[in-house]
Amino acid sequence: MTGTIGASVKRREDDRLLTGRGRYLDDLDLPDALAIAFLRSPHAHAKINSIDVDEALQAPGVVAVYRGSDLMAIHKPLAPKVQHPMLKELPRYPIPCEEVHYVGEPVAVVVAENRYLAEDALELIDVDYDVLPAISSTAAALAEGAPLAHSDADSNVAVTLTQRCGDAEAALNSAPNRLSGEFRVMRGGGHSMEARAVAARFEPATGQVTVWDTTQSPHYARQQLSMIYEMAEDDIRVIAPPDVGGGFGPKAQFYGEEVVVPWVAMLLGRTVKWVEDRQENFVSAMMERGQTHRIEVGFDDDGKLLAVRDHIEHDQGAYCAGLQVPSITTSTVPGPYKIPNIHTELYACYTNMVPTSSVRGAGRPQAVFAMERMMDRIAEHLDLDPAEVRRRNLIQADEFPYRVGITFRDGSPLTYDSGDFPALLEGTLDKLDYERCKRERDQARAEGRHVGIGIAVYVEGCGLGPYEGAKLRLDNRGKILVTLAAAGQGQGYETVYAQIAAEAIGVDMDLIEVVTGDTGRIPFGQGTFASRITATAGPAVYNAGHQLRERLKDTAAHLLGCAPGDIEFDGDRATFAGDAEKSVSLQEIARVANIGKHGITLPKGIKPAIEVSSYFAPERAAYASGAHAAVVEVDPDTGGVKVLKYVIGHDCGNVINPRLVDGQVIGGFAHGIGNALYEEPVYDAEGQPQAASYLDYTLVSAAEVPRVELFHLHTPSPLNPLGAKGAGEGGTIPAPAAIANAVEDALRSIRHRGGVEDGRPDHSGKQPPGGRARHRLEGDADGARSATIQRSPRIDYAPVTPHRVATAVREAGH
Amino acid sequence: MKPGRFTYHAPRSLDAALALLAEHGDEAKVLAGGQSLVPMLNFRLAQVDHLVDINRIGPEFAGPKVTGDTVTIPALVRQRVLERSAEVAAVLPVFAAALPQVAHPQIRNRGTVCGSCAHADPAAELPTVMSVVDSTFRIASARGTREVDAADFFQFHLTTALEPDELLTEVAIRVPQPGTRMAFKEFATRRGDFALVAVAASATVDESGTVTACRIAAAGVAPTPQRLHDAEAVVIGSTVDDEAIAAAEAAASAAVDPTGDIHATAEHRRRLTAVLVRRALAEIKGDQS
Amino acid sequence: MTDNITVTVNGKQHTATADDRLTLADFLREKLRLTGTHLGCEHGVCGACTIIVDGSAVRSCLMLARQADGAELETVEGLAEGGKLNRLQQAFKDNYALQCGFCTPGFLMSVTAALREGPVRDEDEARDVLSGNICRCTGYQGLVDAVLETSKEMHS
Ligand SMILES: Cc1cc2nc3c(=O)[nH]c(=O)nc-3n(C[C@H](O)[C@H](O)[C@H](O)COP(=O)(O)OP(=O)(O)OC[C@H]3O[C@@H](n4cnc5c(N)ncnc54)[C@H](O)[C@@H]3O)c2cc1C
Ligand code: FES
Ligand code: FES
Repeated sequence: MTGTIGASVKRREDDRLLTGRGRYLDDLDLPDALAIAFLRSPHAHAKINSIDVDEALQAPGVVAVYRGSDLMAIHKPLAPKVQHPMLKELPRYPIPCEEVHYVGEPVAVVVAENRYLAEDALELIDVDYDVLPAISSTAAALAEGAPLAHSDADSNVAVTLTQRCGDAEAALNSAPNRLSGEFRVMRGGGHSMEARAVAARFEPATGQVTVWDTTQSPHYARQQLSMIYEMAEDDIRVIAPPDVGGGFGPKAQFYGEEVVVPWVAMLLGRTVKWVEDRQENFVSAMMERGQTHRIEVGFDDDGKLLAVRDHIEHDQGAYCAGLQVPSITTSTVPGPYKIPNIHTELYACYTNMVPTSSVRGAGRPQAVFAMERMMDRIAEHLDLDPAEVRRRNLIQADEFPYRVGITFRDGSPLTYDSGDFPALLEGTLDKLDYERCKRERDQARAEGRHVGIGIAVYVEGCGLGPYEGAKLRLDNRGKILVTLAAAGQGQGYETVYAQIAAEAIGVDMDLIEVVTGDTGRIPFGQGTFASRITATAGPAVYNAGHQLRERLKDTAAHLLGCAPGDIEFDGDRATFAGDAEKSVSLQEIARVANIGKHGITLPKGIKPAIEVSSYFAPERAAYASGAHAAVVEVDPDTGGVKVLKYVIGHDCGNVINPRLVDGQVIGGFAHGIGNALYEEPVYDAEGQPQAASYLDYTLVSAAEVPRVELFHLHTPSPLNPLGAKGAGEGGTIPAPAAIANAVEDALRSIRHRGGVEDGRPDHSGKQPPGGRARHRLEGDADGARSATIQRSPRIDYAPVTPHRVATAVREAGH
Repeated sequence: MKPGRFTYHAPRSLDAALALLAEHGDEAKVLAGGQSLVPMLNFRLAQVDHLVDINRIGPEFAGPKVTGDTVTIPALVRQRVLERSAEVAAVLPVFAAALPQVAHPQIRNRGTVCGSCAHADPAAELPTVMSVVDSTFRIASARGTREVDAADFFQFHLTTALEPDELLTEVAIRVPQPGTRMAFKEFATRRGDFALVAVAASATVDESGTVTACRIAAAGVAPTPQRLHDAEAVVIGSTVDDEAIAAAEAAASAAVDPTGDIHATAEHRRRLTAVLVRRALAEIKGDQS
Repeated sequence: MTDNITVTVNGKQHTATADDRLTLADFLREKLRLTGTHLGCEHGVCGACTIIVDGSAVRSCLMLARQADGAELETVEGLAEGGKLNRLQQAFKDNYALQCGFCTPGFLMSVTAALREGPVRDEDEARDVLSGNICRCTGYQGLVDAVLETSKEMHS
């Protein structure tokens, strides 16, 4: 059977998950496993003078307590995932011995009979700290005379990276129009509903350690462990359990806890398990997003972009776990637009907060926020329709491959492989019924309501290298086993890869089983991150499927005495041209070629062992794209924002299972709504987290997420045989920009309501960044209040929380 | 996030519960619905030696009673039970208006009305409502019983008039006079969140449409529910006309002195108070704006 | 202190020891090895641990096992009928209402309790019924559709 690619097949995973038979890490039967709990720093920056564990060791049920200094064999820095020669790296130890750099950093570990007892013992550990000044924002990090986030560093700047194309400076200086803005995107977290967890068991008889880890990248974890432990790769087996409760980026990173837990299992010769609780997750799972953009655009009187310059401050957190996020940001700024002159300047700063790394969207939402907010400001400045300004600047469908002029994070020149941005934008606007929405908005304004429309368009680098692999094997039952290195966290791999394999082999999906995320089953792999798996593991499975098909046909042909070209599959049988009388079952094929007869020569022509492996290495990243359009209503009295309508246009190339892609997009969108309106892990000036529970860190529920209408375009990627691109993040990326654009648009009516109509805004082209200037209107005799009205409220932050809306309204002089 | 060690007691009568509280006093805590206490235990923000679970002290504490001119809400009345009581709604519809804004059904199925009052979160809905209805808090201990009114019961952030050995046995509410209308308005970040600011208002109108009595209270602006006496004063004697509403709005804004936090600046909370006072009074007047 | 408690779970009686401070969720997961009930926050917000106790949906992370002594509990493991997905479970599957599945048991139990109380008539009501549980994967659209579909089947 063919045609499974592209069909909305129902998920195989669901039956077990719906009946409570899922196997998440904490559900695994690990008899007599001891519980591990970490003592974590209560200070954002402090010197550790001493740690007294005597009392904890005496506590009931406690088996062991270790400090960093008790585990010197693993006291080695964890490597950043993405490096740069200029990076000033500061060592991130599994458990630091001398100085802590964020609230939540592990300082000791307790092993006890159960988690209750382990937590009891944590309270008995006495740590003597000297508290040091802390840095809790990039602004503080870069301030003159700022204290150092790490006492032994020479500055808070981790790296400065510049990307250039053309001469932005000159182009800005000569541009007929020039606008600038300052935009801040706050931190945000992954918040998979299952937090992180690691369990480990040591087999003294074989010297092997088995590690169960909720990681998105088991092979990466094994690689790191083998380096740190100085153990052979094959002595470490990292298994991502069959069910993992969401990933979203933080689980793709490698953490100190992942080093400590298996090591403790080996030290004690006992099975141990650490299940991160939500309190820990808030202060120790990596976050993302924190950036400040000072962006400047130059454009002609038609709104055509001439230059963009973006000065980006990136909050790297206490350590650099990798530069993937800020480097993705810099290359995402230009987006779908033709911009002859580009200049981005990145300052990645160390701060005393949880380290940052990718969270669904990974550096892109911030860039899109800055750029798309400016596109709206250009429209406002020229009194043009925001959609029209975008139209005039879009890369056209016949311009691919399109070289942007700067470099992507995979090291290749930023080259968009395919897409049709104009069709995407128009399709999205049509679905929204843009003209009607504008009329309704104007009507609502006339009634005194504050309704606004926001658009955001983006391009998303995805499907990154280096490679991903798959192993396909005819097993002895006559089933085909697909083994992927990649580990899933709910994306439906068991279904999707069965679809791809079925299509490539030409057999029924029922004959295919998929297993994932176990280094013991397949030697090489990279992991699930950066929306890369469909475009890398997908082709690997597809190619392997074709090879396996040839092997099956070849064997069957020998057994049936015909040519391989005559073989057709029917159910679990290979037939001679569809004739059931002349057929062999897959099991018979396995019996001959795989099982064989002990000591007996194989029948002539039969090649042994029907197993193929295939690794797919894309020549460079693929680029998905999308457009979001939102209609919102703002209540300026409360600052509340209600999303009235939302349309997503999405192009991720060819699609394997449309309903699963829709699920990825809509799920990503909910995350985007969180970033746009709700989520903020606030830190105070001392680096203390202020929103470390779900009462304060507000994840969206069904009541906050509006229904989305989806519009799909499928421009295949030429870079892989499936034509696939990534779908996991597109729902998230432009949502904060689209919502902020809509909110700012909704508040435009306030300027008119104030009684002073100042016509078009400041045309001087020299607005100070931040949009907070308030000019006195000359010749206005109308008294102070209305005279200070210069323009409508500015939305310069994400998330656009009610108090930010309220503040923007107030600062605009109302 | 596992609670620290404690001894669990499940007394079978009020007296047995009071005896345990008398014995363990400072080292004991009452466990009612557990929807505030257990999270604090799980976070180890609260540590107790003895937990006195009152859930088994008797079925007579489980349902609200409407007798004559009084509604009594005993200690084990779940928030969800009060919300759905048609009998109570007939005389005090404000509860059915406010309760759906308290958390979610899964929380209200356990959380008690008395527990919410005893917990006294400054952003909680129920204490605010209790501050505008004519409520009496009935308190018992092995030493005897006593009664306090809302103004005396709510003392500070998470602090009430309850002594460590005391139990809030019920809240008694006088059925409002004929001609009384109430409204409850809240602004919260998400559905079911604690209020950023909430306002409860009650006004009694005579035949001519003139307000003879008024109470307005706000949550989220002070360590306890704050009565807005100046706003009440401008409403009394008015017909809740636009002018009175505007004056009340201004009075409310002037009366509160909130502190800012990560969810709202002080200024935002002040503004919300004024806006919600306006909306509550408009609803009382009969406008749905 | 530790004591024996007896609970009926999905119609079957169980007696096991429970420490005074053991939460009901941990009791189910560790003592009875009913691991379908998940812990996502342990402070009452995420809803992953929602089960039905004596007919009401509650957070099992906020109840102590000792409090459930003598109670009737319903958990996700008891929903399927004769080895087949029940109507609600099937609707979840048909509407792609789950991805990683970690939140799913809590949603199923919350919605089961809500649908017993009466029909869910429109999208707003469905979102209200769902709002006490958090899902980070799906964006809720499939969940909304599953609730409406099941309600229609059940209450028509
Ligand atoms: C996710 C979530 C969201 C919530 N959202 C809201 C919300 O929006 N608004 C809101 O108001 N509340 C909210 N709550 C809190 C909820 O309403 C609680 O139920 C309530 O605050 C406490 O009631 P309880 O019966 O659960 O008390 P418990 O948690 O059992 O006890 C709370 C405190 O009161 C004491 N206490 C309880 N009963 C008595 C008594 N009879 N006599 C003496 N002392 C007593 C206890 O010792 C303890 O100190 C939320 C809770 C959760 C978990
Ligand atoms: S684990 Fe109980 S509500 Fe989250
Ligand atoms: S399916 Fe993953 S959290 Fe809901």
